[in-house]
Amino acid sequence: MPDKVIVRHLRASFNKVEALHDVSLNFAENRVTAIIGPSGCGKSTLVRCINRMHEVVPGASCTGDVILDGENIYAPAVDPVQVRRRIGMVFQKPTPFPTMSIEDNVAAGLKLNGITLARSDRDRLVEQSLKRAALWEEVKDRLGRPGASLSGGQQQRLCVARALAVEPEVLLMDEPCSALDPISTARIEELLLELKATYTIIIVTHNMQQAARCSDYTAFMYAGDLIEFGETRQIFTNPTRRETEDYITGRFG
Amino acid sequence: MENSQPQHTNRQYEEELRGLRAGLLKMGGLAERQIAEAIDSLVNRNTGQARETIERDVEVNRMDTEMDERCIRLLALHQPAASDLRFITTGLKITTDLERIGDNAVNICERAIELNQEPQLKPYIDIPRMAEIAQTMVKDSLDAFMRDDTTLAEEVIDRDDEVDQLNYQIYRELLSYMAEDPQTIPRATRILFVSKYLERIADHATNIAEMVVYMVKGRTIRHMEKKKP
Repeated sequence: MPDKVIVRHLRASFNKVEALHDVSLNFAENRVTAIIGPSGCGKSTLVRCINRMHEVVPGASCTGDVILDGENIYAPAVDPVQVRRRIGMVFQKPTPFPTMSIEDNVAAGLKLNGITLARSDRDRLVEQSLKRAALWEEVKDRLGRPGASLSGGQQQRLCVARALAVEPEVLLMDEPCSALDPISTARIEELLLELKATYTIIIVTHNMQQAARCSDYTAFMYAGDLIEFGETRQIFTNPTRRETEDYITGRFG
Repeated sequence: MENSQPQHTNRQYEEELRGLRAGLLKMGGLAERQIAEAIDSLVNRNTGQARETIERDVEVNRMDTEMDERCIRLLALHQPAASDLRFITTGLKITTDLERIGDNAVNICERAIELNQEPQLKPYIDIPRMAEIAQTMVKDSLDAFMRDDTTLAEEVIDRDDEVDQLNYQIYRELLSYMAEDPQTIPRATRILFVSKYLERIADHATNIAEMVVYMVKGRTIRHMEKKKP
């Protein structure tokens, strides 16, 4: 698989304190890459740099290149809003707009991107996005109900549908299951396997078994450095770096 | 592994891994003793000792089940990864090899009991030699397991050829006895079986040694053509 996203010499800081030290790695197209590592290791910062979300935090800055399909997303002429449409994101806690209806939640991204569609096209897109997020069957009879009426697991899939509605190419997921029960988690993980046929997926997770179950590649980060990157199978049976070994076997200080 | 790596944050997990290691060591010690006693009962024509050794096999079998359960519990409850995963899966396989070694010791005892009922065919020379090598191989393979020592494991694997040669030598010698005097056939075939059991024991030690290489290096060397010097 060709590389969809290439990160080169990325350094990121908060108020001049460097949180990410010269990170370089490639994300293969139509594959799931998991980023693991202890709290504060820079994994969330890394994914937030990939869709230019890092720079919206006051005092945050970064240097280096993030190349999407051969194009540097940090080039001066690039519109960050356009980047975020092509590289969607799902967050740790489900964040539906609580009073907005289920269908309006799905279509919310369109409005933010200044896209207006005819009613029938909009309906078709809502249905398609909910189907891709494996939520359609559960909500098709109550699309007008508020987003907050859904369970936590359903809300998270609603957020996935919302991210998919703007037809991104890359999906960033920052601990998407940490607030979900095991069944809802299993549904999201199953969803990842389906979605990777269409999208390139980068998932940050604290749950190492989750990384082992659903990713093709795994990156292990520690204290702002990328320590090891490789096929998930290799990382979990025979990592090359001592730090990775200690972390995944639970020997971390 | 134990000395060079920091301990697990989860102390119960650490304890369970240590327990498995200690259990396998104990089981290995028992298997070694079974081989030694089986051969003694043959060489010294001690039928009582052979019977005691057969009875003691229950203990080897009990430990086999216990080690299996420990491994399965560790896999189910702790989702081990990397070197821990390789250690536990190696443990799971080693326990089977040790149990089979115990069975082979029992088989030696059974043949010894039969042989002890008849006059000795010939003085046992090569059999004790072969037994000593096989026993050392078992001991060394377990030492290699305990110390993560792949050099020792590879020595064990190399020594398997020596046992195979002795097995062939014994076969040829017994064949000449049987050709000369058909009366010797019942005894000679029993000795031949003993030689085969020892050869199998050495194979099990080789399996353990190969698993040690996998455990330490994460590389499978089983079922590969042995490199010729």
